[in-house]
This record gives sequence, structure tokens and C-alpha cells, in this order.
Amino acid sequence: MIDIAVTVNGAVYRRRVEGRLLLSDFLRNELGLTGTHVGCEHGVCGACTVIMDGDSIRSCLTLAVQADGAAVETVEGLGTTGALNPLQKAFQDHHALQCGFCTPGFLMACTDMLRRLKLATDAEIREALSGNICRCTGYEHIVNAVREAVQQRGPLA
Amino acid sequence: MKPPPFQYVAARDQEHALQVLGQAGGDAKILAGGQSLMPMLNFRLLNPAILLDINRIAGLDQITVLPDRLTLGALVRHRMTATDPAVAARLPILAHAMTHVAHHTVRNRGTFVGSLCHADPAAEVPMLALLLNAEIAIASVRGTRRLPAGEFFAGPLTTALEPDEMVTTVDLPTLPDGTGWGFAEFARRHGDYALAAVAVTMGRLAGRAHGVRIAVMGVGDTAARLPAAEAVLEGNNLGQLAAAVAAVRAAVDPNTDLHASSDYRRHLVGVLAGRALTAAWERAR
Repeated sequence: MIDIAVTVNGAVYRRRVEGRLLLSDFLRNELGLTGTHVGCEHGVCGACTVIMDGDSIRSCLTLAVQADGAAVETVEGLGTTGALNPLQKAFQDHHALQCGFCTPGFLMACTDMLRRLKLATDAEIREALSGNICRCTGYEHIVNAVREAVQQRGPLA
Repeated sequence: MKPPPFQYVAARDQEHALQVLGQAGGDAKILAGGQSLMPMLNFRLLNPAILLDINRIAGLDQITVLPDRLTLGALVRHRMTATDPAVAARLPILAHAMTHVAHHTVRNRGTFVGSLCHADPAAEVPMLALLLNAEIAIASVRGTRRLPAGEFFAGPLTTALEPDEMVTTVDLPTLPDGTGWGFAEFARRHGDYALAAVAVTMGRLAGRAHGVRIAVMGVGDTAARLPAAEAVLEGNNLGQLAAAVAAVRAAVDPNTDLHASSDYRRHLVGVLAGRALTAAWERAR
């Protein structure tokens, strides 16, 4: 067992974990942060995407011990039901979700990419979204939501 | 869909990593980006006694620019290779090809050297290493050695690495100014494993191609250079394109799987070779 300290959405959590514990299971089962969803568990679907030290990552392909000392951002850190953040609001306004299972992963991947990528064209937005799978929307509404989030963000510095 | 039990060791530095590998009796796996290894652990296709995490070793995440080559450390992530201005300027085919490697979130973690060592026959990195005559620096407690990419890939997911060895850096020789390049790939979904891809570089002198290199992936047990097809175009102009494409098709022996038949892959690799060769010819100066 290994002692780790992980900062999640600004709060430090100290736990003793097995080396093989996945970050996704650590967030959900050890910390009760069940907003991070577990889909395929082999890095294909993107539902478990979180941000670690500024990089969006697959939490199912990351060990909890690898997050020792790191700053993790999850969907719980974006906004609340009463006060959605601009990206979440854009998803709501554009009906960019139906069942919602994939949504936390899309939101965290897009949060990273809105910080880093211009996303100036629909082609760039579609390329950016290509690592996440949604089985409900057909993606059009997600592209619309991200396009609006890019407009609200403005050009990258 | 959870990893089997293993002893997790976070290497403090390279020496520590080599000691752990040397004492593991061949039963350790190196964890770098984890974008191929972690799925295999989750599926329990692997069951190592020791998982050696090299992510906390300082200094391995450097791209070093030398007059005649770029040197990539073992922790250079795909995103770094895809976005580094020196890579784009010195090896534009590499910068371009990296955008075909998986997706943004996977490129944030996955490493060039990790993909090299994973040696997937349908991955871009081994093909690029062969195309660019990469030289691979290998270390163990027994010492160091260097291998050309042409001697590194032994079969599907199999390399010339001994169990106690780790790749520390890979050297990518740069190409003469004016070298043309072409890259053509087909995947069912952009970023997924491709059905086939072709990468080409060539020079062009007095209307004739020289230094022609052709590498392919997805159409055999490993990525491969195709010297017979290279020879068809060497010293000739694009009038020999059809003959070169035919030589590419003749040189490969693709597998049939649920994604595509052998015949389809052979047809496809010819189409992609035609596009990559034409693009390289047109870019060459």
C-alpha cells in the first residue's frame, strides 16, 4: 500500500492505496467524486477524462499513485447545478447531451482544449472532439456547443 | 477491467530504474505514457511482477536539437513532438504525422519512445523511425548500446530489447534542405489505428528523384521499409509512379482481420503510396 496526497479541485486528499488502483476508481470510490464516468476502461471512449497538472488525460489509463503530488481537475470543479460554467451552459443551451454519460469526459477534454487550441474552424473542433465517443447526439449539437464556447472565450492570447 | 496486482516502483532516476530492471529477473514492465500498457494491464493481457514508473525521472522529457539530428528523450510526449517548432522546422513529416497519432488527450500522455518499444505494426512511430533511419540508445546495468531502427523491430509487439534494458533516447537524423515528404494514411476514424499508412521522403535533382525512402505500416508483422519499391523510383521521375506503386503492393503481405481483408489492404497501401510519393515529389526542391 502506498500513501498519496492528491489535490482535486483545490482540496488535498490523503489516502493509502494499492499500486494498481486506477485514478478513475480512486476519484469515484475513494473520494466519492462520481462525476467522472467509467465507460470502456481501456482508453477508447473518453468518458473518464480528467485534467492532471494541466493536461487532459484518461483517468482509466492512469494509476492513482501517479497522481501523488499532482493537481487534478474533475467535472465537479467546473460549475454547480445552479451555476453552470460557460462551457456547461453552452452544452445545455445547444442540447449537446441526451443521456449525459459521456458528458463529463467531453467537458474536461474541451476544457483543456479551450485553454490550448484555437478551435477556429469546425474541422478543428471535430478533430479535437475525436477522442470522445457519444452514442446519443450524433455530435452536431456538441460541435455547436463548443463553437459557442470558443466564441465566448475569444481568441487565444 | 482492472489491472492485476503488481509491485509499483517509481524510479527516482535512470540509475535506479536500471537497477530495478536488472534485479527483476525479466518480470518488470516500464510505465511511461501508459497509453498502450495500461489497456493491456486492464485487460490482464500482461501480469508483471513489477511495474516500473519512469515518469518521475527528471530530464527525460527533452527534445534536443543538434546540427544533424533531433534527440528525443524517453518521456517526450506525442503532444510535444507534434507541437515543437524545432520538429516542425527540421522534420516536418514527423510533426505532420504526429497529428495522426491517436487523439489530443492520448497525445498528452503517450510517448514517442513508448510507442517505439510497444512496436505495434499499425502504429505511426515505428514506421517513422524506420523512414528516418532513427538510432535508438539503449541502457541496462550491463552497459549501453545503440541500434538502428532497422534492427529494432522483431515482430508484432516484439523488439530487440532484452528484458533488463530500457530505451533512454532516440536520435532522428534530419534530412537535407529541400527534401520532399509525403504521408498518407487511412483509418476508419481519424486518430484510431489505421488500416494502412505510407510515409515517403525524397530529394529531387535535375528532374530526377534521389534518396527515395518508402516506409509502410499496417500491412505486415512490423512496419517496414520497402527497398525494392524505393529502387524503382530512384534516379527516375514520376513517370515511374505506377511501377513504384506496383512494387509497393508486391512487397507487402497484409493480414486479414475483421477490419479489412488482405486484398483490400494491399490495394489500399498502393493508393496511399501513390498519394505519398506524389506529395513528396511535389514538395522536393
